[in-house]
Amino acid sequence: MNRLFSWTRFLGVLIKEFIQMKRDRVTFAMMIGMPVMQLLLFGYAIDTDPHNLPTLIEVADESPVVRSLTAAMDTSDYFDFIGIVTSELESAEALKDGTATVILTVPPGFERDMIRGLSPEILLTVDASDPVAAGGAIGAMNGVVETAMKQSLSGPLSFAAGSEPPFELVVHRAFNPSEETSINIVPGLLAVILSMTMILITAVAIVRETEKGTMESLIATPVTAAEVMLGKILPYVFVGYVQTFVFLIAARVLFNVPFSGSFLAFFLGFNLYIIVNLAIGFLVSTVARTQMQAMQLSFFTILPTVLLSGFMFPFSAMPGWAQSLGTAIPATHFLRLVRKVMLKGGGLPEVAGNMMAIVVILVVVVAIALRRYRQTLD
Amino acid sequence: MDDVAISVTGLTKVFGDRKVVDDFDMEVKKGAIYGFLGPNGSGKTTTIRMMCGLLTPDGGAGQCLGLDILKESREIKKRVGYMTQKFSLYEDLTIAENLDFVARMFGMPGRRKLVEEAVRDLGLEGRAGQLAGTLSGGWKQRLALAACTIHNPDLLLLDEPTAGVDPKARRDFWDEIRRLAAKGVTVLVSTHYMDEAVQCDHIAYIAYGKKLIDGAAEDIPTTIGLSTYVVKGPDLSALEERLKQEDGAGQVIRFGAELHVSGTDKAALDALAAREAGGDYDWQAKKAGLEEAFIYLMAGAKDNFGAAQEEVQ
Repeated sequence: MNRLFSWTRFLGVLIKEFIQMKRDRVTFAMMIGMPVMQLLLFGYAIDTDPHNLPTLIEVADESPVVRSLTAAMDTSDYFDFIGIVTSELESAEALKDGTATVILTVPPGFERDMIRGLSPEILLTVDASDPVAAGGAIGAMNGVVETAMKQSLSGPLSFAAGSEPPFELVVHRAFNPSEETSINIVPGLLAVILSMTMILITAVAIVRETEKGTMESLIATPVTAAEVMLGKILPYVFVGYVQTFVFLIAARVLFNVPFSGSFLAFFLGFNLYIIVNLAIGFLVSTVARTQMQAMQLSFFTILPTVLLSGFMFPFSAMPGWAQSLGTAIPATHFLRLVRKVMLKGGGLPEVAGNMMAIVVILVVVVAIALRRYRQTLD
Repeated sequence: MDDVAISVTGLTKVFGDRKVVDDFDMEVKKGAIYGFLGPNGSGKTTTIRMMCGLLTPDGGAGQCLGLDILKESREIKKRVGYMTQKFSLYEDLTIAENLDFVARMFGMPGRRKLVEEAVRDLGLEGRAGQLAGTLSGGWKQRLALAACTIHNPDLLLLDEPTAGVDPKARRDFWDEIRRLAAKGVTVLVSTHYMDEAVQCDHIAYIAYGKKLIDGAAEDIPTTIGLSTYVVKGPDLSALEERLKQEDGAGQVIRFGAELHVSGTDKAALDALAAREAGGDYDWQAKKAGLEEAFIYLMAGAKDNFGAAQEEVQ
């Protein structure tokens, strides 16, 4: 038997950890249920591209051009027509009390003026108290107008087709931007979920031994630090695998997120990412004295992961100091890796830089964690 | 030195600015049951933890089973069974799983058989699949003892193994300890109970990190030089109050229906007894017991620390 590492002892710790995991039904359910729930929440509920905005129309011109415009708006599913208003006062009221988010006003003689080349105005009033929702609607309106104009300005009206529609809206995207948010957010979510569960579960599992007093018995046996560390951590690597598997299936089935790149690159990257998070969890456990503290500290590490990694806000939009902080977070690099592999068809050469960054963070974290770990009780 | 299981000198441990264990010497013979006595917080647990390598001493040296306690703690751990004061097996593992886990930690061959035997010895055959957390206090202690002896250690360190356990369970527990000692296992046990202390071959009394006295159980009162009278009679409470004012009665303790009056000044105590005897009360001279001796030590430990040391040595 090897002096410093014994497979029997390592397996002993490993098996024990699995049994405890199995007995702790609530935590186990949380480990599997959390990724699914978050995926659904972020994928479906948190949609930065809102649809079905309640819309009122104030139309004083019943011409075919206007009809095709409203029809195009209706089919875009950004707008949900809820009625017709006849006065400005009425529409202002509706915006104010929130019954409508969008009001479309078409002036009298719109078609006639347009044919005469007088460039009449269509007014789109949007409730901008939620800038995200307003931005989505305004952006979508561009596409709607273009399509509607192309359709209706044919035949005898085709001479007007070349002129610019009278809207001062800048086109940022194509007409059908519907699923863009979830395709972008779902791969990033994997980084956040893995980080959250891996750090939390490892930290709590290790601190539990100290808090319950079982660590005293454990280190009174000939077991070594490496055996305890590996034996306790590997079961959670397994959990990470299960989470990723569930996640990939859900991403594919529910959100049609493509997986266009190299699976090997993804596999290596996510193993590395799991390991770095487990190491952070281990580091947290050397600081925390109780499971409660371990939990709070873990949540403390999760906030920057969500906010600064480029998951919530575009990395390039952050100020310089925030970018520097973000670079120190493993999720930042894993997020880029996953997006590259899943969405852009990246392979090993493309993600090598991201992996290197994670390795550097891993080395630093492990060095600090091992310095803090004590084989004795002092 | 072949018959010595533990031998330490000058063992010292400091937490912050507090000397929890101060210049501690001890020698334990192989196969002996050695008792550690002393009030809460006297450093018993810390001393035991230093013996088995859980804490690194700040000073002193020693050997345990012929191995250096500073350098060879890994080897010591393989041959020592340590039972913690607080139940420290896994409550969410079953009895059999806990035993199996410990057996694995010590790399024992034939684990399945060992665990089966241990469960049978415990008398828990039908309950091997029960979660350890659901056992009663007494059973938990017996399971913990079974777990820390599964690798057939040469030395057992038991830290208050019977705290909070009912008298019957305590008796069973001590039967087991004596059975192990008879097989040649050296046992170091800390306790608060006098009825357990008298079962030890050798006792060390510790207070405030220092060893005040050690010796065979029956010799300790003599070493201190304590004489005792047993007083019986009506209304002992009033008598107790009155005697506490007397100079000759160094210590008056109520034991159920009798008072034990003790003092180190035998002449003064005899004079007091002669004066008091003859009334309603029956005064009988008796050999001072361990309990009187330890209460005496505990009372004196703090204020006349130096005096107590001199008296002993």
